Amino acid sequence: MTKLLEIKDLYIEGWSEERWQTIVNGVSLELNRGEVLGLIGESGAGKSTIGLAAMGYTRNGCRLASGSIKLEGQELFGASSQFLRSIRGTQIAYVAQSAAASFNPAHRVIKQYTEAPVLKGLMSQKEAERKAVEIYERLFLPTPEKIGWRYPHELSGGQLQRAMVAMSMSCQPDIIVFDEPTTALDVTTQIEVLASIKEITEKMNKAALYITHDLAVVAQVSHRIMVLRYGDTVEAGETRELLKEPKEQYTRDLLSVRSLREEKVETEKDKIILEIKDVDATYTGREKVLQDINVNVRRGRTVALVGESGSGKSTLAKVITGLLPAVRGSITFLGQELHPELRKRSKEDLRKLQMIYQMPDTALNPRHRIRTVLGRPLQFYFGMNGKEAEDKIKELLDKIELAPDKYIDRFSTELSGGEKQRVCIARALAAEPELIICDEVTSALDQLVAEGILALLQDLQNELQVSYLFITHDLATVKAISDKIVIMLNGRIVEQGGKQEILTPPHHEYTDKLLASVPEMDPDWLDHLLAERASTFI
Amino acid sequence: MKHVLWLVLKRALASVVTILVISLIIFIGVELLPGDVAETVLGQSATPETVKAFRKELKLDLPPHVRYFTWLKDFVQGDFGNSLANGRPVFGLITWRFANTLFLAATAAAIAVPLAVILGILAALYRNSLFDNAISTTTLSFISFPEFFIAYILIGVFSVQFNVFPSLAAISPRMNFGEKLYTILLPALTLTAIVTAHMMRQTRAAIINVLASAYIEMAELKGIRRLRIIVQHAFPNALSPVINVIAVNLAYLVVGVVIVEVVFVYPGLGQLLVDSVSKRDIPVVQASGLIFAATYVTLNLLADILSMLSNPRLRKTH
Repeated sequence: MTKLLEIKDLYIEGWSEERWQTIVNGVSLELNRGEVLGLIGESGAGKSTIGLAAMGYTRNGCRLASGSIKLEGQELFGASSQFLRSIRGTQIAYVAQSAAASFNPAHRVIKQYTEAPVLKGLMSQKEAERKAVEIYERLFLPTPEKIGWRYPHELSGGQLQRAMVAMSMSCQPDIIVFDEPTTALDVTTQIEVLASIKEITEKMNKAALYITHDLAVVAQVSHRIMVLRYGDTVEAGETRELLKEPKEQYTRDLLSVRSLREEKVETEKDKIILEIKDVDATYTGREKVLQDINVNVRRGRTVALVGESGSGKSTLAKVITGLLPAVRGSITFLGQELHPELRKRSKEDLRKLQMIYQMPDTALNPRHRIRTVLGRPLQFYFGMNGKEAEDKIKELLDKIELAPDKYIDRFSTELSGGEKQRVCIARALAAEPELIICDEVTSALDQLVAEGILALLQDLQNELQVSYLFITHDLATVKAISDKIVIMLNGRIVEQGGKQEILTPPHHEYTDKLLASVPEMDPDWLDHLLAERASTFI
Repeated sequence: MKHVLWLVLKRALASVVTILVISLIIFIGVELLPGDVAETVLGQSATPETVKAFRKELKLDLPPHVRYFTWLKDFVQGDFGNSLANGRPVFGLITWRFANTLFLAATAAAIAVPLAVILGILAALYRNSLFDNAISTTTLSFISFPEFFIAYILIGVFSVQFNVFPSLAAISPRMNFGEKLYTILLPALTLTAIVTAHMMRQTRAAIINVLASAYIEMAELKGIRRLRIIVQHAFPNALSPVINVIAVNLAYLVVGVVIVEVVFVYPGLGQLLVDSVSKRDIPVVQASGLIFAATYVTLNLLADILSMLSNPRLRKTH
């Protein structure tokens, strides 16, 4: 019997640094009817490239170099574009990472669903619309008979992602390629989308390639898992076996649960350095985006600010730094009340309160060398120049574990994502701050790199007694680094306390939902959770 | 919808303010022209008494701010004053010529806009191909030539060599529509050659810019044909910059056609303006200037409103 999809010795090359470089290195895989294969790896592993190659597609600047891609016995390698067009959508369909970017903003959602089946002559417009509504309903979209007639910007991220899963089904393909379909979503939304994907793969018996960097997620939906790194296959196997007995060290590293740090219990002895009292904030002047915020940060401690997107956690950072002046309440820093507006704060206030951002790529000037990046705060805050500054820069680079002689004259564009974030940390440290606000500092990084950054932040805290206010939506990060947890929802704090206190039941209802939504490595976790939620609904 | 109306209203208000500012600038500009109007009109032999009487008749003896507001008030009411050169009402003088200018501009636009958009789409579709390069080179060469040069080449080929089109675009109110069209074809083609490149390049660039979006990749992975992707998926999202460049070019067609009008001896507003400046016929200059300004501002306002309506995010807000 022919396999549904069979990829053999596939080599894919990408054009960079003026030559063709191999990015997928002789990967082979098979997919049977009704089977889900998880492709897992960090960025640069080539997993998306393989997923797209399964459709005979490569992004600009890439090319299929050699090998074979057989879809139901038909060779896609070197096939005509007309033939590729005829199988795309109908035999193999694609679900992209960001539904918000992958839906055309100019057309209604349902028009994008019906486009392919109508154009390919599979059904009439009316029929396709009826089908769409049917599948919207199956995928638990609210008001399925109406939602399709909205424009993409009128749907939430989770709804859009489910609408895209629905769209992939429009021509009844045999295989669906899921390319990180839940990566951009909050944990609670992720569950909804995962449930939709299970509905399709299990109940409708579709085969799928599931691409992700998150082992816990892939464990929920796939039968087999293939681990990739730098375009090579590390290992592959049945999901349960691979999770239980990984053969390779790399897989074990990915699997290892982030070590829980002992909570440093707060005592009255630890000085409160930041006290936020009864703070309200608003963008429009009418609706309040923050209300009644009360948070304390003590010296040498880490407070984690947790919430989904839209909860107001990043807004709070803006209020503390003075970018968005509070309309009510006070912020006391090191015993003195901070002026609400950034412009009116003293240089010392600015120096002692530093910030590290989510995207190290955009936070560093690509035209500056590391020497300039780190030298600037030294000169601005301490008036350091020449030899003195040079020594200090080298000391900072030592602290962030980057060899000074190797890195000091590089441009930030010559660094990896993790290295860039380290430089951002060093830049914050250069000011010798008392408090650093870390806004989602690890969410743009790969798992192993992120762990390195968290460990570095931890070491620096032990050495320098600096405090962190850690803004994140990732509960694994929270567990790994925090002493105190503050949980936010719709601009208010719903619960706060020591790490143990928050993480052990009984929880606040919302905290409970948030914690329960974090995927676990157990392959049965999602089924249990969905069953449990279904029973509580009835 | 209320939101959009408010946005449109705000733009419209801004346009009115812009036109007022321009009217002031025109007025001041004319004030600053060297020499005395009365002396120029009456000639050097005029006695001081006649000059004085004439100044009084023209109300030039009143302070400038009074004259500005009187002029503005009359203008809004449709009274553009009388020409100094021949004493006829400026309104009648201008309307026929302005209609001619609009007719020429509309004809040129009717050829140029569809041509530019289609060429732009095709260039984006066959990006970096021989076809793309050929269109770019041709259209760019056309804007690189001075307008009169293109005009004379067209006259040389079509009027002198083959004698199919008239070299003088002397239309008159007695002609019917077809005759008019035939008469102005050469100036219209000259204008088309000049404005097409700009619009076509912008269309191409806007579409190519959109082609890098994730939703274009998605469309491709749905197995949709390239032409449909460009027309259905890319073009609607590229509309805003395209509309803007079209508006700027339409404005140019109305406002900037002086040279072409002169070459073809076409009785348009541009030529009247040039004549009037040399004759120091102040009321005509001011009125024409303000009409040009109003056209320009209105077209831009229209472009803003259209590009707002082309964006579903702005069109429909909850």
